[in-house]
Amino acid sequence: MIRRHMLQAAGMNTGIPRWNGRIRTAISVSGAIALLAVIMLGSRLMGSEGLAVSLEERNMAPSPAHLFGTDWLGRDMLSRTVKGLALSIQVGLLGAACSTLIAAVMGLAAATLGRAADRCISWLIDVSLSVPHLVMLILIAFVCGGGMKGVAIGIMLTHWPSLARVVRAEALQLMSADFVLVSRKLGRSRMWIASRHLAPHIGPQLLVGFLMLFPHAVLHEAAITFLGLGMSPHQPAIGIILSESMRYLSTGMWWLAVFPGAGLLLAVWAFDRIGGHLRRLTDPGSVRL
Amino acid sequence: MTLLEVKDLSISFLHYAKGSRRDKTNVVDGLDLEVHEGEIVAVVGASGSGKSLLAHAVMGILPKNVLVSGDVSYKGERLDAARLKRYRGTEIALVPQSVAFLDPLMKVGEQLHAPADGREQAAERRTLFQKLKLSRQTEKLFPFQLSGGMARKVLFSTAAVARTRLIIADEPTPGMHESDVREALARFKSLAEKGCGVLLITHDIEAALRIADRIAVFYAGTAVEIARAEDFSGSGEQLRHPYTKALWRALPQNGFEPLKGAGQASGPAVELGCPFGSCCGSATGRCAEGKPEPRELRGGWVRCVHAS
Amino acid sequence: MLLEANHVGWRYDKGDWLFRNVDLTVRAGEVVGLTGPSGSGKTTLGRLLAGYMQPAEGTVSVQGRSPGGNAHDPVQMVFQHPERAVNPRWRLEKTVKEGFVPEPGLLEALGIRPAWLSRYPSELSGGELQRCCIARALGPETRFIVADEMTTMLDAVTQAQIWHAMLDIVRERQIGLLVISHDRPLVSRICDRSIPFGE
Repeated sequence: MIRRHMLQAAGMNTGIPRWNGRIRTAISVSGAIALLAVIMLGSRLMGSEGLAVSLEERNMAPSPAHLFGTDWLGRDMLSRTVKGLALSIQVGLLGAACSTLIAAVMGLAAATLGRAADRCISWLIDVSLSVPHLVMLILIAFVCGGGMKGVAIGIMLTHWPSLARVVRAEALQLMSADFVLVSRKLGRSRMWIASRHLAPHIGPQLLVGFLMLFPHAVLHEAAITFLGLGMSPHQPAIGIILSESMRYLSTGMWWLAVFPGAGLLLAVWAFDRIGGHLRRLTDPGSVRL
Repeated sequence: MTLLEVKDLSISFLHYAKGSRRDKTNVVDGLDLEVHEGEIVAVVGASGSGKSLLAHAVMGILPKNVLVSGDVSYKGERLDAARLKRYRGTEIALVPQSVAFLDPLMKVGEQLHAPADGREQAAERRTLFQKLKLSRQTEKLFPFQLSGGMARKVLFSTAAVARTRLIIADEPTPGMHESDVREALARFKSLAEKGCGVLLITHDIEAALRIADRIAVFYAGTAVEIARAEDFSGSGEQLRHPYTKALWRALPQNGFEPLKGAGQASGPAVELGCPFGSCCGSATGRCAEGKPEPRELRGGWVRCVHAS
Repeated sequence: MLLEANHVGWRYDKGDWLFRNVDLTVRAGEVVGLTGPSGSGKTTLGRLLAGYMQPAEGTVSVQGRSPGGNAHDPVQMVFQHPERAVNPRWRLEKTVKEGFVPEPGLLEALGIRPAWLSRYPSELSGGELQRCCIARALGPETRFIVADEMTTMLDAVTQAQIWHAMLDIVRERQIGLLVISHDRPLVSRICDRSIPFGE
């Protein structure tokens, strides 16, 4: 009968708990940045000798010389995993950043440019959301001629709608807020209000939106390359590595899939956590723990 | 019989000061209050003086970034989480401030139906709806479809069933028109006559005086005075605390006298001395020495060293 | 100088009329009360007069209002809930100075302490915020103020303090004041005349 989250009994606690949301966010942010730095720097420093075919070192299980083992062509799986992750993260970053930008423009346009624009954009958002992400992604990647470019464009064009909807709702609410109306009556221009009143409220939303989109984009990049629609087999994208290793799994070469898969999982999870923490911190509706 | 007893209740909020460091701000400080059977106790005071937090503390619905100390007991038993769960919605009912406390995605009728409700309560509620001139159709509406007046009636009907022993009403009348206020207050009065205890939280002294037996006056997070309703008369000579007197004399119908200074102290509660000291006309050196302890006076109760 | 409503009516889209044919005049330096039951459209009428909305029929006229709405409006409004009328992410100083830079004397007359200006809205009480909102509305170009249940949420002491300060300033500067309130004793105490609405 009364909203459930308000019903949680506060309990009788005294003293200020030391562990709090801001500390947790700081830890998750530094952890994810360290991971990102290791992957990016690692792929730079490693050079490409690990990717070279060396037939005498084929199918080796993990060992001190090859920590993640080698594949059926003798390529070092550690180098391939790191390079593959770096590539996926780059595509993911690009895709998520452009998606966020599109979402910001679309959301703000819908909220500020009048009813016709709002209807158009809302319709576009609804249509995009009603088609499964992956199907759209594959279609767009195909039309753009596949490859890294196709995948990146596909991700950009498919991930913005949900965030655009959030931005639109937030902006609409702000536009009718009393303090914005008062600002108009005090003679402030629309541009002034947009930059001083709207931007500071929507900026944090966009940052959180970007951080939540990013792991999505990486996963979708991996998925589409796994399906063989993305890049050429020579590029060590994580999806390609995983799909190739499928064939060898039955022969007991578990390391071909486990390490790259775990790496992907770790990267995605780390960024998802930052997004979640930041969202809780910036959301005025949630309690500041 | 004492229904609700609040002893030395303190509530403070946690907020971020700088980086990850957090500070406490006391909002309610050393509060004592009792509600007996068949009695209406009004809590009046400025908005932000901690009145609503008292209601939320009793109901156990404070937000999580809040620290609580002190004792809340119901019928002589400490109201802990388990007891709260048993009594809330059955014997203890909250009439919340607004429909924002209802689930926006659930029809009104379903929300009114508490898990512990039997056929008896359902029938009772239906008669109540008729009495309040709410159509059966109302039960099928979502909270956003209710008009202001309907929303108040619906919120009221959540509390007004026979098994309810204690009602906590949080600002049930703000911005309402004269006739609606009268009607709402009359409903509380009739519940109290049936033996129900009512804690009426409001900033409208005038409304409180019409039905309450005792009035607790809040200032800076604590009750500075508990007075009988009849003490509020004339130019307030019967009142005990200087803030209560100022409040009474500031009413538009009683002189509309402003108090010098900026009114209620804000921010962290004044740690030393009487919280009202900086605005009080009769403050002396003794007032700055420590917080005045509550003492009984002329059938009421006051926190002021000068009151006599 | 006049703030005038001529045969003003209002309704949502094509719904029922909330009110029609309302005529109302506020002269410079005059304090006028507007009382009526909740839901009668007092607030809507106030918003029409302050130019926050356009009437569905009739006209609202005041000297000096710019048609494009890009200049400081001669009619300013003070709302019931001050916490919604200030940007929660701004320190009060920025809010108070949004329209003009008030003299220290004005802030003092309204009982605004300098220390408040460096705080955020969540750190001030409703009464303190409302004083800041009033200061913001009292720009040099302000000729009329519409006060919509301005002190309904405040305690009697703060209410009396705010109105006394407000009335002094309004008298001195010959500002016309429309007091929208359900509180009859308050209206009869402070207003030169009062208009019953929607009864």
